[in-house]
Amino acid sequence: MLIYSLKRLLLAILVAITVSFISFSLLFLAGDPAIAMAGEGATDQDIENIRQLYGFDKPVLVQYFDWLLRAIGGNLGESFYFKTPVVHLIAEHMPVTMTLGAMGITFALSLAVPLGVLAAIRPNSIIDRIALLISVSGQALPSFWFALVLVVIFTVTLGWLPASGSDTWLHFLMPTVVLSYYAAPAFMRLTRAGMLDVLGSDYIRTARAKGLTTKSVFLKHALRNAIIPVVSLAAVQFGFMLGGSVIVESIFALNGAGSLAWESIGRNDFPTVQGLILVFALIYIVLTFLADVLNAWLDPKIRIG
Amino acid sequence: MTNIVEVENLRVKIPVSAGMLNPVRGLTFEIKKGETLCVVGESGSGKSLSAFSLMKLLPKIADISADKMQFMGRDILKMSPSELQNMRGNRMAMIFQEPMTALNPSYTIGNQLVEVLRRHQNVSVKEATERAIYLLEKVGITAAASRLSQYPHQLSGGLRQRVVIAMALMCGPDLIIADEPTTALDVTIQAQILHLLKELQEEFEMAILLITHDLGVVARMADRVAVMYAGEFVETGTAEQVFKQPVHPYTQGLLSCIPVPGKTARGSRLGSIPGIVPSLIGDMRGCAFRSRCPHANGACHNNVPLEKWSDDHFKRCVLDDTALTSIAKEAIA
Ligand SMILES: Nc1ncnc2c1ncn2[C@@H]1O[C@H](COP(=O)(O)OP(=O)(O)OP(=O)(O)O)[C@@H](O)[C@H]1O
Ligand SMILES: [Mg+2]
Repeated sequence: MLIYSLKRLLLAILVAITVSFISFSLLFLAGDPAIAMAGEGATDQDIENIRQLYGFDKPVLVQYFDWLLRAIGGNLGESFYFKTPVVHLIAEHMPVTMTLGAMGITFALSLAVPLGVLAAIRPNSIIDRIALLISVSGQALPSFWFALVLVVIFTVTLGWLPASGSDTWLHFLMPTVVLSYYAAPAFMRLTRAGMLDVLGSDYIRTARAKGLTTKSVFLKHALRNAIIPVVSLAAVQFGFMLGGSVIVESIFALNGAGSLAWESIGRNDFPTVQGLILVFALIYIVLTFLADVLNAWLDPKIRIG
Repeated sequence: MTNIVEVENLRVKIPVSAGMLNPVRGLTFEIKKGETLCVVGESGSGKSLSAFSLMKLLPKIADISADKMQFMGRDILKMSPSELQNMRGNRMAMIFQEPMTALNPSYTIGNQLVEVLRRHQNVSVKEATERAIYLLEKVGITAAASRLSQYPHQLSGGLRQRVVIAMALMCGPDLIIADEPTTALDVTIQAQILHLLKELQEEFEMAILLITHDLGVVARMADRVAVMYAGEFVETGTAEQVFKQPVHPYTQGLLSCIPVPGKTARGSRLGSIPGIVPSLIGDMRGCAFRSRCPHANGACHNNVPLEKWSDDHFKRCVLDDTALTSIAKEAIA
């Protein structure tokens, strides 16, 4: 288990380094960053000054290491637009996105796992059909469209829920539903498939032959084994949700990291975009690493090799 | 002696794409307290389905019917789901063919042993754990207490089968159904497990329904034998009767398949029964074995009942007594 985890950790670090390099080179993607920073109407002298100030005249690798060292030290540069440290901006906007992601994943799991289990217990039943319908529509409906439908129903028609802002938990309800509606189908199908697979196995027959109650057979013996792949997917999906919140946050005007990223792209605010990409990517890497470790821990064959 | 199991005319039907499969076609048998009934037959003859029927553990699509199917005087077919659950693992327990997959990989041995006793009896975890350790020692597992925290993948096949046996014994059942309990194990372990089962049977006064296709296992274990072919018993009797005076041509064919030391000449071809088992889909008339039987005649197209041959010894064959006697003599010569 320890060796396994260390291997995974090493892999995660390698990926993180790669990602940091890509994220760094983003700054050069749009051409000469000094010109971009100087803005319109700047003289050649202005641009040259900026180039020297930010070290753009040095070799790329040197610039990368300088940047990396600063990033590790918590300095992601200054926003072109706000003229404040990017780290502060991210710290300010991240909680909303994290809350949204956590609520989204919780809601998706608590909807999808029971439905997947029920669908597997009675394949081809009404519940199974409903699950399939939700699953297909969840994949097919674009989330902005679904979000608009919700707003029309709950804000415009019924007036129950606020459509924009992030002041109270009520503001998070619709964004959560939209976000999780997109992730739930995968959980549901994975739970259903895993359960069906496990229910046909010999140890489930053993559990039945022991006279265990139906509940114990399904939940203790079947679900425990069927849930393992769902756990890894959940961690990965959480990462996707943080990324996916870009759309949802813009629609519902939630002031999170997603909408910050969206707006910063529009404002050519490269340091902010760069910092956000780096942070999102790192979160994603950490989640994947945790998923691997959790997965191993859930499977005694890996835990006790 | 009292009968623990009484079954009359047990039938199993399974709808398949080609029609109605009749894998079990009217079995009648009883099992007495403390005795071993061996059901022996080729692969696909319906042994496992019959055994699982007793526990009502068949897939939902399978239809089980019987004129009578009693366990300890109670009608199994009339039991509610919760009554069945109370019976399974408690009064009637099962040992499976595949020890490698019969245990849940996610739970420790201890957890899986303790669980079954706590399900059926109102005992503390501590008491159940003590019973588990006692039984693990009984089935010949050393350092039993430390095994409790191990997972199935940490044990060898032989050890796992011992754990499965201990699990079946947790509630002190009256009947153990063992479906090919040694088929997946190597020969020395097989012998140990069979020996163990016999010892435990005497100690705990259990009846055993032992399913096998191995006549060597039958010879070691059986009080009584039922020879199964294509979903029917073709011959039943005491082990002595069936081995010493096999009357049915199928039993004789099976017996000629095993080499006898000193009798079978070195290098001589082992007997094998030519032909294949008939399809069990749809209705079927006459003796199922006739297409492979060296003695078949026109009368074999008629349905044949299971008839008394001698005390406790029954056969399902149309040949008359003199013909069968002479065939039987030939077979054991
Ligand atoms: N769920 C099922 N659906 C369709 N056919 C089945 C099903 N279960 C068993 N059968 C068929 O019923 C017949 C009897 O099966 P069974 O498992 O009882 O045989 P068996 O005598 O135990 O054989 P083996 O020695 O191989 O275990 C076989 O032909 C098998 O293919
Ligand atoms: Mg079988």
